[in-house]
Amino acid sequence: MTTIKLTASVLAITAIAASAASARDAIRIVGSSTVFPYTQAVAEQFANNTGAPSPIVESTGTGGGMKIFCEGIGENTADITGASRAMKASEYELCQKNGVTDISEALIGFDGLSVAVSRANDFDWDLTLGEIYMALGAQVPVDGEWKDNPYKMWNEIREDLPAVEILAYGPPPTSGTRDAFVELAMHAGCEELDFVKDGGFDGDWVEENCSRMRTDGPFVEAGENDNLIVQRLEADPNAVGIFGYSFLYENLDKLKPVKIEGVEPNADTIADKSYPVSRPLYFYVKNAHRGVIPNLDEFLEEYMSDDALAADGYLAERGLVALSDERREELQDAILNGQNMEPKS
Amino acid sequence: MADLTAGPEKTPKQGNAADAVRASLTRRNRKQKLLQGLGLGAIGFAFLMLFILVASLVSSGYQAFTQTKITLEVYVDPEEIKPEKLPRGGFKDVLQASLSELLPEVDTSDRATRKALAGILSNGAQFDLRDRVVADPSLIGQTITLTVPVSDPYDQLNKGTIDRDTPEQNRRLKDHEIAWFDQLKAKGVISKPLNTGLITNADSRFPELAGLKGALIGSFWALFVCFAISFPLGIGAAIYLEEFAPRNKISDFIEVNINNLAAVPSVVFGLLALAVFIGWFGLPRSAPFVGGLTLALMTMPTIIIATRAALKAVPPSIREAALGIGASKHQVVFGHVLPLAMPGILTGTIIGLAQALGETAPLLLIGMNAFITSAPDGPFDSATALPTQIFIWADSPERGFVSRTSAAILVLLGFLVTMNAIAIYLRNKFERSW
Repeated sequence: MTTIKLTASVLAITAIAASAASARDAIRIVGSSTVFPYTQAVAEQFANNTGAPSPIVESTGTGGGMKIFCEGIGENTADITGASRAMKASEYELCQKNGVTDISEALIGFDGLSVAVSRANDFDWDLTLGEIYMALGAQVPVDGEWKDNPYKMWNEIREDLPAVEILAYGPPPTSGTRDAFVELAMHAGCEELDFVKDGGFDGDWVEENCSRMRTDGPFVEAGENDNLIVQRLEADPNAVGIFGYSFLYENLDKLKPVKIEGVEPNADTIADKSYPVSRPLYFYVKNAHRGVIPNLDEFLEEYMSDDALAADGYLAERGLVALSDERREELQDAILNGQNMEPKS
Repeated sequence: MADLTAGPEKTPKQGNAADAVRASLTRRNRKQKLLQGLGLGAIGFAFLMLFILVASLVSSGYQAFTQTKITLEVYVDPEEIKPEKLPRGGFKDVLQASLSELLPEVDTSDRATRKALAGILSNGAQFDLRDRVVADPSLIGQTITLTVPVSDPYDQLNKGTIDRDTPEQNRRLKDHEIAWFDQLKAKGVISKPLNTGLITNADSRFPELAGLKGALIGSFWALFVCFAISFPLGIGAAIYLEEFAPRNKISDFIEVNINNLAAVPSVVFGLLALAVFIGWFGLPRSAPFVGGLTLALMTMPTIIIATRAALKAVPPSIREAALGIGASKHQVVFGHVLPLAMPGILTGTIIGLAQALGETAPLLLIGMNAFITSAPDGPFDSATALPTQIFIWADSPERGFVSRTSAAILVLLGFLVTMNAIAIYLRNKFERSW
């Protein structure tokens, strides 16, 4: 018994000593679950090519990642964070306050949000953003008044849509995908409505009144797991699902995209912005860590390489919609030279 | 119960007592039948659910226990791979050249076709070849036989999860790609051996390369740390409370709190660990050591409760006999009571550890759900654990991860069943009745 106790305490003491003494040799990356698969790909390629210790990539969500990233500089903090939106002014301030002053911002490409149905559904779906808002918003205009959403059937939204119940599976509020969907589809759709246009409401009003998804049944929060939504859609051909484009791309044999404003999501339409629901993907890197954390520069080189970022690179194979050649070269210059981002205010 | 309450009312009508009993007899029998039926039904329902769970896991997971592989005759071209430049070299081109030999009629002059052709092989194939050449540079200039995994879409095709009847534009693999694969298959270079990579590889973003090695080692270290801390501390606390502590309000208060602690949701321990171990002590994120500390907090109450129960079950006569021949309290506890209670303590500990093995929420909070392509070297290296690995795979878009998720769950269930079986074996083997 005493030997066990002794071992335990020795273990605990060496533990604390070891953690204080050992220098970190692996890069630490946190951030958005949408950027995660791309960073994952670069990390694996990097470790395979160079034999360096594999970077530790954690999916914490954009906001959570910013919090960890802006904690400060030093070995115990993350080097890079991924984000499915640009850094907010408040986050930039937090970073500045904690001494993280030199940050590079890298816009690596775009990701489309797709609305999809099962292949078993025969109807040729084509919705406008306004119709998506009318189907899924918590409050909509009814006969000139702003009221709780009364619509239950698709053909109440537009007459030639099928007479089936509205049922949409989508991400929960904690997800970056949900934030992006609300901003890109719901807000834009809300602004399209005649009621909002004629009423002379401004952006603040839209943000305040059009940000909520309905909670009376037709919109179901399906959890962070997009694969689950894919399975539900297979089981119910009348349901629609909302998720990142990469999940649609991987499951094109089972799912078909819903056209939005007449445009089908694919790499071309997302890149040229004709598909309206797409968002930029970023990562942020601490310049103070470059040259201090081993391999960080080499890792960024791999991330910025044409092999990874170009339109036929391995990130595009995973569903990232690549930047134009010109913008990519600009980005490669900026990041490899450690150019700091513009201050946010 | 029914006859007792009915008794006093029935006593005035003495003559009818037998009738009353007879009348209530069928009613009582019926109630008993009903109770039995409900009990059986409940067990049946539980078994049905268990069966559905296991059946669905096996039906979607069994595919992941085999892996489609291709055997290539690779000529390690000295033009492409130069000994002085190792480990860099044109390994991909060399592999692609040997694939072209197998499919001579494919025109590889344009880039897209070359790329599509190279897509048959897993991305890991070039690194397999590289590792072999680096280990033995004399292979340059020779022809070697290499068996490498095919990429996920072809693996799925071979396993029949990609339906050839779906229209071409909706499929990951086009008609000509399927034709290539069929030709390769006809040549007999495609095989489907047991997927040892599932255990021997660390995580990867390619399903065909992804394995559980990192998660298994991470789980091992976490459980080891958890055991090393919670077992001695738990037993120590239990011995004091059971054998030495005076019965008063303070010890009652401690007892109530230990029982409460055992019921605290695990996510709370995760938040505590995040604030204290990582935030305050500055221990590294994602390390199995921190995971083990967190799990130890959770497991300790279970061990204390199990140990106290086991100590209580040792008959007082043993203690009294030992005391009677002059043993000190210390000698009684360590010489007699503890050895007799050990089977019970071990059972409780193993069940507590099995619980800790399957715990996910606290590990997510301390960052043990990171993506790491190498297995940890020690308890301070970042790692995942089995349940968090399942969590990561379940969230990956590639089709191959669907079956791998189920396979990983089966592996986890296998460990849990084994641990519980050991607990039962120990109990049966060492249990003594007085």
